[in-house]
Amino acid sequence: MCEVIVITSGKGGVGKTTTTANIGTGLAMLGKKVILIDTDIGLRNLDVVMGLENRIVYNLVDVVEGNCRVAQAAIKDKKHPGLYLLPSAQTRDKTSVTPEQMKKLVDELREEFDYVILDCPAGIEQGFKNAIAGADRALVVTTPEVSAIRDADRIIGLLEANEMKKIHLIVNRLRMDMVNRGDMMSIDDVVEILAVNLIGAVPDAEQIVVSTNQGEPLVGSDCLAGQAYMNIARRVTGEEIPLLDLNAKENFWTKLTKLFGKN
Amino acid sequence: MGLFDLFKRHQNSSNVAKDRLKLLLVSDRANCSPEIMEAIKNDIIQVISKYMDVDTEALDIQITQTESEGRNGIVPAIYANIPIKEMKNGQHPVQK
Repeated sequence: MCEVIVITSGKGGVGKTTTTANIGTGLAMLGKKVILIDTDIGLRNLDVVMGLENRIVYNLVDVVEGNCRVAQAAIKDKKHPGLYLLPSAQTRDKTSVTPEQMKKLVDELREEFDYVILDCPAGIEQGFKNAIAGADRALVVTTPEVSAIRDADRIIGLLEANEMKKIHLIVNRLRMDMVNRGDMMSIDDVVEILAVNLIGAVPDAEQIVVSTNQGEPLVGSDCLAGQAYMNIARRVTGEEIPLLDLNAKENFWTKLTKLFGKN
Repeated sequence: MGLFDLFKRHQNSSNVAKDRLKLLLVSDRANCSPEIMEAIKNDIIQVISKYMDVDTEALDIQITQTESEGRNGIVPAIYANIPIKEMKNGQHPVQK
């Protein structure tokens, strides 16, 4: 059974692409066959976050227009067996693809993969409509900020209006030090306001910047963010995993780094 | 607004954010654009002006939320504060 997941947020810059890369890679590490689709036509990014930018030959628009087969356009990730990326087109715009075409493409991929993960562009226009067209479930990414939560609420409303059956929330870029002193909304605050089920929370971590610099998703690594992403991937597969204690582990981690000196 | 307010605000900006968001989302979810609000406001002024002279400058209308008397829980509500200057029949609204 294949599941098609769209990762969306409304607001830009909250971490949709990083989340897509990490959850997708995490699922592949769990032995699933996964294809990531960058649906942000004109602003291609998922390829660089995955470190696959030098291997693009064909793209999403080529596939939809019939210039090539999916198998020709999909890039196989050499580090993770079972992980593929279908990159977006950089020189075209959102109107190059219609929701019907996306749905058809996604349905074709259902035969081949366990998970199809769509990285949705920011906004609520055509690109968003394309990305959600063929999806079974949605993961809405937000940060604990007023603007991001407001946009997430709008997106959730639109997803519900489009009869999306499963909608889950990811709270990204949490800074527990700020939450603890009352200067950042907590996970509970965000969940209470948006009234959707939480599938995971990811701390704001320097390692994420480093991993994006290197083009290697950090999912599964020792750090808190890596564990958080892996937990989300496991929950996507249906496993029940308690929420990571971002507080306790952070203290442990700081202790550990202090112990070994700065690195 | 005193020193205490500033201090309190600094202490807990997350609560400020939460309160702002809650109000914001109520009007967002009610799908009420500023244009619609302006139209509602003008219509209300028109209707009430038939009977009394209202202070249009000080008129305040907004979407907020209220506990529903039915079983719907919290529902959006229109809140309007319309100061009356004078009744149309010449009576002053405040009895002396």
